Amino acid sequence: MHRFFHELASPPHFYRLAGRLGPWFGWTGAALIAGSAWAGLAWAPPDYQQGDGFRIIYVHVPSAWMSLFVYVLMATAAAIGLVWRIKLAHAVAAGCAPIGASFTFLALATGSIWGKPMWGTWWVWDARLTSELILLFLYAGYMALRASIDDLQRADRASAVLALVGVINVPIIHYSVIWWNTLHQGPTVTRLDTPAIAASMLVPLLTMTVGFMCYFAAVLMTRVRGELLARERHARWVREVV
Amino acid sequence: MPPELPTALRLLLLRDLRLAVRRWGQMATPLMFFAIVATLFPLALSPAMLQLREIAPGVLWVAALLSSLLALDALFRADLEDGSLEQLLLSPQPLPLLLLARTAAHWLMSAVPLIALAPLLAVALHLPAQALVTLMLALALGTPVLSLLGAIGAALTMGLHRGGALLALLVLPLAVPVLIFGARATDLAARGEDPAGPLFLLASLLFLALSLAPIAAAAALRVSLD
Repeated sequence: MHRFFHELASPPHFYRLAGRLGPWFGWTGAALIAGSAWAGLAWAPPDYQQGDGFRIIYVHVPSAWMSLFVYVLMATAAAIGLVWRIKLAHAVAAGCAPIGASFTFLALATGSIWGKPMWGTWWVWDARLTSELILLFLYAGYMALRASIDDLQRADRASAVLALVGVINVPIIHYSVIWWNTLHQGPTVTRLDTPAIAASMLVPLLTMTVGFMCYFAAVLMTRVRGELLARERHARWVREVV
Repeated sequence: MPPELPTALRLLLLRDLRLAVRRWGQMATPLMFFAIVATLFPLALSPAMLQLREIAPGVLWVAALLSSLLALDALFRADLEDGSLEQLLLSPQPLPLLLLARTAAHWLMSAVPLIALAPLLAVALHLPAQALVTLMLALALGTPVLSLLGAIGAALTMGLHRGGALLALLVLPLAVPVLIFGARATDLAARGEDPAGPLFLLASLLFLALSLAPIAAAAALRVSLD
């Protein structure tokens, strides 16, 4: 077991492993996303209130879930890198950030598009949208800090500290925004409660989420491979594989 | 023989306070900034009394937040330049506690004058008099959190080009809960309601920040000076 992790953390080994696993995740993800998109668009019944408008949920909700999941994963990788000084973990954290930020942006964009027919406006200071926006700022800060430090080791460790501070703050920010929102906004806004969702609507949502996960894994592996090549460009194994 | 921990903390605190008093211009600038930002809102929006009363809590809190950001520059810069920050790192005392003392000194010199100035601006913005005590109390609970979070950001961005803008990007999202609870407490008091709820939440944020932020700041400082 120990040996397994030890091997996994070695850049050349991970580079090969990710190269082999990446396409599997990629194709599984593509198949799942295509299948769920069909199921969500054609098979699931229209919502009794929102008609076909609700179907954007199949992109909006998985990307919102992924945006949080990726942040937690990034912070976990950062913590591992910080505590055990594993280079691979820092490369994973660095690879997570832009993907997570894209998921966050996608959740915001689809939320805004969904808001237009449902709330009659592109943007509502809805609690979940607002905390998603702040999450985007957190990702932006992480990437900006990483980009502005030239020394790679310092960039890794400084951004790891930031990711850990951020991950402690994410729930606090989330709940403070919810609390702020319930106090400031009257019940006039059509708040979509989380009602008991019909199984035929839920199943595509869940398969789509798994598809997003696979897609994320595939992209992350590609990114980490690139990151490893750039970081280890003077190592012998890189000269051998390139 | 190094001094005992309480002595070291006291010496550090006194040193920082003494330095701040001697360079008081550095501390006065964020305070002036606070006053100017609060003045800009009536100019940009409207001098109408009722409207100002509505926005006063938010304006004061946003101004306080921005001013605390501006003051952070003074936290480490001079000590980084003359090398005394490295001495701090070499000290046998626990670094998080030393940083806590430094942050406390910074808070005393930058936020306490701000808290004293706030009622004056609040009156100018027609905030009802019954909210003044709550405003000061909320600022007294909230600004230490801003200083503690800011210390992490300042330690991370120390010595970087474009550090100032980056510091804002790092710290402002983290400061959102303080802004929400602080402005809300002030707003409730201005409406004559009980502001206890958000004040308690601010206090709990303060205790959380007091217990965790110095550790993160110490880690950040070690990274930046490595």
